[in-house]
Amino acid sequence: MSTIQPIAGELEPHPDVALVEQVRGGDVSAYDTLVRKYDRQIFRIAQHITQNREDAEDVMQDAFLKAYEKLDQFQGNSKFYTWLVRIAVNESLMRLRKRRTGKMVSIDEDVETEEGSVPRDLADWAPDPEQNYSQSELAEILRKTIQGLPQGFRIVFVLRDVEGLSTEETAETLGLSVPAVKSRLLRARLQLRERLSRYFRKKKGSGESRSEK
Amino acid sequence: MTCTEFLALLDDLIDDSVSVETRTHLQEHLKGCDHCEVTLNTTRKTIEIYRSHEIYDLPAGLRERLHAAIMARCKKGC
Repeated sequence: MSTIQPIAGELEPHPDVALVEQVRGGDVSAYDTLVRKYDRQIFRIAQHITQNREDAEDVMQDAFLKAYEKLDQFQGNSKFYTWLVRIAVNESLMRLRKRRTGKMVSIDEDVETEEGSVPRDLADWAPDPEQNYSQSELAEILRKTIQGLPQGFRIVFVLRDVEGLSTEETAETLGLSVPAVKSRLLRARLQLRERLSRYFRKKKGSGESRSEK
Repeated sequence: MTCTEFLALLDDLIDDSVSVETRTHLQEHLKGCDHCEVTLNTTRKTIEIYRSHEIYDLPAGLRERLHAAIMARCKKGC
């Protein structure tokens, strides 16, 4: 047999590594593949941070262009996707700073809230509570709810729970410690849960309205 | 186990990163505490809803326009 067998226990290189190598070798079309693979995620992350569609469009373009320019600096010891997300997060924060000229914007702001408190709202939810709303109503509820979270919680929740980064990758991307990410994630999840309860709680009897707060 | 202790381990339970022994303690607490059971179930549902619903979509037309702009600049060497 002439094929090279991977050594037992050795990790297969991530397919992105080969694409990055091709781009470095001058094959621009390989970059096209990378952009198509991750553009939706980068656009989403930018929207979550900037909360503005035009800014998110600019961030998406700038992040991919910056990644292309800096591709030589990509070490390959982190995933290309995580590296790209870090660029997009930084671009998004820069964009926010431009908008709020003079005001510092960081992922550390607005995170001083009560720590680890036991949730107050204990109403159970209806089974499949999202069925009570149309797709557009539901999207609006989810947008409004997550936009109300402090920035530092929102980014952690989005990267970790929506985009599927690990706790360690989220920490590395945001320049936070692992315990800081864990603490923010717990509070983000609990705050979102509590806020969504307004819409999703089980109705007692038939005459109760959807939203009581 | 108190509710506060349960809550401190909630994320680890949701992310399935607790030891067998801890899981047993957590499950024992859940048996007698509706409060924490509701918190666990609805927090799980919160994550699932956000994961499965696209709240910021990228329409095909916009996607193609942004894509073309990115690739045109990359081809020029940015």
